[in-house]
Order: sequence, then structure tokens, then C-alpha cells
Amino acid sequence: MSAVIEEHHDHHDHKPTGIGRWLFSTNHKDIGTMYLWFSFIMFFVGGSMALIIRAELFQPGLQLVEPEFFNQMTTLHGLIMVFGVIMPGFVGLANWMVPMMIGAPDMALPRMNNWSFWLLPGAFGLLIASLIMSLMGLGSAPNFGWTFYAPLSTTYGPASTDYFIFSVHMMGISSIMGAINIIATIMNMRAPGMSYMKMPIFVWTWFITAYLLIAVMPVLAGVVTMMLMDRNFGTSFFNAAGGGDPVMFQHVFWFFGHPEVYIMILPAFGVVSQIVPTFARKKIFGYSSMVYATASIAFLSFIVWAHHMFTTGMPVAGELFFMYATMLIAIPTGVKVFNWVSTMWRGSMTFETPMLFAIGFIFLFTIGGFTGLMMCIAPADFQYHDTYFIVAHFHYVLATGAAFSIMAAVYFWIPKWTGNMYDEKLGKLHFWLTAIGGNILFFPMHFLGLAGMPRRIPDYSLQFAEFNAMATVGAFIFGFSQLIFLYNVIKTIRGGEKATDRVWEGADGLEWTLPSPAPFHSFTTPPTVK
Amino acid sequence: MSSHPNNVDGLNKNSNTRVIARLMIIVVGMFGFGFAMVPLYDVFCDVTGINGKTGDKVTLDENLQVDTSRIIEVEFIASLNESMPWKFKPLQHSVKVHPGEPTRIAYVAANKTDHAITGQAVPSVSPGRAAVYFQKTECFCFTEQKLEAGEEREMPVIFVVDPELPDDVSQLALSYTFFIKPSGASEDTASLAHNSNQEI
Repeated sequence: MSAVIEEHHDHHDHKPTGIGRWLFSTNHKDIGTMYLWFSFIMFFVGGSMALIIRAELFQPGLQLVEPEFFNQMTTLHGLIMVFGVIMPGFVGLANWMVPMMIGAPDMALPRMNNWSFWLLPGAFGLLIASLIMSLMGLGSAPNFGWTFYAPLSTTYGPASTDYFIFSVHMMGISSIMGAINIIATIMNMRAPGMSYMKMPIFVWTWFITAYLLIAVMPVLAGVVTMMLMDRNFGTSFFNAAGGGDPVMFQHVFWFFGHPEVYIMILPAFGVVSQIVPTFARKKIFGYSSMVYATASIAFLSFIVWAHHMFTTGMPVAGELFFMYATMLIAIPTGVKVFNWVSTMWRGSMTFETPMLFAIGFIFLFTIGGFTGLMMCIAPADFQYHDTYFIVAHFHYVLATGAAFSIMAAVYFWIPKWTGNMYDEKLGKLHFWLTAIGGNILFFPMHFLGLAGMPRRIPDYSLQFAEFNAMATVGAFIFGFSQLIFLYNVIKTIRGGEKATDRVWEGADGLEWTLPSPAPFHSFTTPPTVK
Repeated sequence: MSSHPNNVDGLNKNSNTRVIARLMIIVVGMFGFGFAMVPLYDVFCDVTGINGKTGDKVTLDENLQVDTSRIIEVEFIASLNESMPWKFKPLQHSVKVHPGEPTRIAYVAANKTDHAITGQAVPSVSPGRAAVYFQKTECFCFTEQKLEAGEEREMPVIFVVDPELPDDVSQLALSYTFFIKPSGASEDTASLAHNSNQEI
């Protein structure tokens, strides 16, 4: 896709000043920045919890924390990473990039965009307040795992569970409104000449992700509302005594939960589809198949939820259906991986930091995808379920997958956002330490799971000691390397080698026709796309 | 999209409103779907018999042929919910019946506490796909059962195994779990939750 720009005006670059600029912002760039900083801060919060977990698991025995507190750490680590890091990170990238990529001046609903963001500090303030209260001895924070199954969370949940429920309500509303905004923007505000099949793949993946969000976040809202009602208003949705069913909780939760994990990965696919062609200096291979594959993955994600429930006593017919449906998802996913590799084939490649993270993503996400395929074999899953094998799987797809793609995106686009190049040496150092540390951290978990170590436990049998120790070493390397990233980001914001408009030799797209840094208001007059 | 030009000003408010209205309908609809899953789940279980739900009271068909060529062994299991302080057991561990032959068995429940308790029994049949073929004409699980302090009572079940039961099933297990009736349960389980969270 090539774009010919008739005119680009950035005559008024007046930004509002003071705290009001941020509190009342209706600017997609500023809101994108806030989402990204929020995500980065929560990354360190959730990451610290992970380090507490790994420190306790360094050796067998209970050395550092009480089991009750350990459970709060695993629960909050999961909730924060899923809802506070990955999702807001991608929303921040969407806010920054989607309008610029389609030649729009801003999002369709700028004021709702503001509220979508500001709900998040509120929601997470509530959640973290429950942790602070726990540290003060006033009652546990949520301690039932990020999947909060009933009846542990309903009948036996601590008082803070109601805070957790309201926190999830707020996060859900934020995501739903953000998704509505993205769909309206993409449908209505593309520049003249930009048909759907000329949109950048990142825009396509976010378009499809937004539909997933509006379909399933309300179901999450429903399930936590049912929890609230069971806990406080005498209903029995999940209580067999009153005619309800705890297994139904799992059905409703995972009906949300499975599409949720695709919500967390489709934008990552979009980022990689932007970066790889740029550094291979070659157009993406198979543009339309990438679009159809993404749509297929999204559609299939609705019919596989019970592969999280293979061990609940489902009849064989059910196990078979969900097994076959899950296997199907490997096909469009494989199409995407082969297309990225084909894009690189005979390309003219350089390996700047964004490309390193993108290639790392392709390799490591695929490993995570393979273990997913293993788990989808229903009888085999009886061995893997609720063990560290699962933990290894989802950390490969989410940490060395989705999180890698967010890091890749930040390195890729930060010259456009700030006008400065990041420090390439530090970027490469960050990549290698993260990739090596991440593999030392998560790869042994496959062996632990296969050997039978359950998940969500603060202490374990002696035979698991060596691999746990390895994982903890990897965790500290991985965790502390992120400080290099933080340093690099701040350093780049404050100054650095000036970036050109195009920034990268192979860059292609409307966003690269804007100056670097992009003006506060861009494409106030739409460009024409030929 | 040619009917809504992306005009030079950038924002086409009518198109936005329409898109947003449609999306909000989807949002509200999906929220309702979450709640609709509750009755849908029950319907699905009733129709397929998965989940071991045996359905409501059945009227005996007098013309039902007894299939003397098959013998089905039915085993009986008694369980109590954690907060239910009764004693509960079947009078017999198992019976052998012919499909189509009405059979009466009984459980016995005893309330050894010092106050009256009302309980509700919830049945389940295993294997799940056989549940639709296990039909009860009388069961203590159809109604709440109140036992006074110290009272012990026999609780009968009259059932018939439908001759349509698949050929490969020759053993069934009937399990009852007694729960304290919810109005009592919410007090007891709330205090149970409260107690278990006392030690922080």
C-alpha cells in the first residue's frame, strides 16, 4: 500500500498545559501515552509480585511468605498482568497508532476515550487497596487465582472479593468503551481511498480484537455480577445447595476467558506484521490471508472454551468436540507464522531492536503455541492440567509473546512519538537479557509440569528443587533487565539522536509521512490514499 | 461504505451514532447472554442428560414392558454438604433390577443436633448419559425434608429404569447429596467463610 499525501498541515501544535492536559485530555496521542505509562508501571508492580513468588519458590520449604499471602501474590500477579499490563498496553498502542495509520485526526469519541483511560487507575487503585489492607492485617486480598472459580471466590472468598468484583466491572467498562471507540474510528474515519483491504494489518487486528472485546467483556461483567449476587444477595448461581452449579461458573468464565486470551494476542500479531516487513524491506507476504486468518482465529475462539475444563467430568462427546475445534485454530495461526517467515525470505534484513523482539516473538510464541496444541489433546491434558506445564505454556505466549510484541512496538514507534532515536546498544542489551532470562525462567517449567508439580503452590516436593531454582534465577535476570528498558525509554523521551519522518528505511504507511515527533494534532485534513 | 462519505471534516456524526448504537446493543445483548446462560445450561443438561440430572417426577406407564433379559445393577451413594450436620446413608448398597420394573429403595437420614433442620437432597446419576433413562416416580428429593431435633426418618425412592437404556450400560450409580436449605445455608456458610478467614 502506498500513500500519496496531498497536504499535511500541522500548523497549530498548541498543547494544553498543566495537570489538566492529562486529566481532561481528548487527544489520542496523550491518552495513548497515559495508557502506555500505566501499563509500564503495572508491569513493574505485577513483576515485583512475580519476583516474590519466585523468591519463595527458589528453594523447597516456606521461607519468605505465608501461604495465604503467596496465594494473594499469584492472584494479583495474574490479574495485574492480564488486565493492567497487556490489555492497556495494546490499547495504548491502538490509541497512538490507529488514527495515524488510517489518516484520521483522532478517535471517533475523544471524550469517552478519556474516561476509558481514567477508569483504569481507579479500578487498579481499588484492587491494590485490597492488597494494602491485607498487608495491614485487615483481611486477605483476593487469593483465589486470577480465574476466581466459585465456590472458592463466592462462598469462601475474603471480604475484599467485593472490591475485586467492582474493580473488574470498572476495567470491563473501560475495555468495552475503548473497543466501541476503535470500531467506530476504523469504520467511519478512514482517509478517502483507504478501503478495508488497504488498511495496515495492525489496524485489522485491532478491528477484530475490538469486536471480540465487545462480545465477551459483558459476559465477564455478567459472571462477576452473579458472584456479587451469590455473595451478598442470597442467590445461588454457583451454589448447588440452591440449585446452582459451580461448573457453570467455569463455563461462563471461560466463555469470556478464551476469547480474552485471543484479545491479548491478536494485536501482538498486528505489531509483528508491521515490524517484520519494515526490517525485511519487503511487503507482508499474503496480506489477505493474514486478514482472513485473523478473522478465523477470532471466530474459532468462541467455540473452544471448554478446553480449559477437560478435567471437570465432561462427557466424551464434549471432550472430542472441544478438542477438534481447538486443533482447528492451529491452522490459521500457522498461516500467520508461515507468512511472517515468508516475508523475511529473500528480504533485505537488518536486526535493529524492534526486529529482534519481533523475531523473538515469532520463535517463542510458536513454542507456546506448540504446547497449547499438546494441551488440546483432551486425554493428554489430564496430565498437564493445573501443573506447571500450563504455566509454561501461557507465559511463553503472553510474556515472550504478547509482552515481547509490546516492547517491539515501543522501540519501533518511539522515534515517531518522541522525535528521538532510542539507544540501540541498550535496546539490544535489553533484548538479549530479556530473551535469555525469559527462557531460563519459563522453559524449566515444562519439565516441572511434566514431572507433576502442581501450580499455585507455595511449597513443593524435593524432586522439583533444581528446576525451580533455575527458574528463579531466570526470573531475576528477566525482571531486572526491564530496568534497562525503563532507562532507555526515559532517556529517549528526554533526548537523543533526532529521528527523521520515515525513521526506518523500510517503513511504509501513513504514520511515517508525519513529522517525528508527530504533531499534537495530525491529519486534521485527511490525506488521500491512492 | 459509499453512502457515508468520509468527508473532509473527518467526523461523520450520523455514521458514528449508528455504529455506536449497534455496538451498544451487542454489549447489552452479551451481558444478557451471560445471565441467559444460567437457564440455557439447565435446558442443555435436561435435554442431553449430561451432568447427571435426572429430571422431575415421572408418572408410571402401566404398559411399560419389563425387560427380563437384562439385569441392571443400581448402586446407592449418600453424601452430605459440608455444612449439613445430619447422618445420611442408604439402607442397601445396591439392587439388581430389570429395565421397566418399578423398584422401591430407601435411604435413612438422622438429625442428631438439638434443633430442627430442613434439608434438600440433590440427585445425580452416573454415567451422565444414562441419567435420562433413570426415572423416579417417588423421591424424597422432590421436596424439602424437615427433621426435628433428634429425629430419624426413612426416605424412600421408587424408580424405574427405562428399557431404552443403551445396551452398553449395565451399572448405574444413584447419588444424593443433602444440603441445608438455602435460607439456613446462607447463614451457616457465611459464618463458615467468616470463620475460615479469621486467621489471616
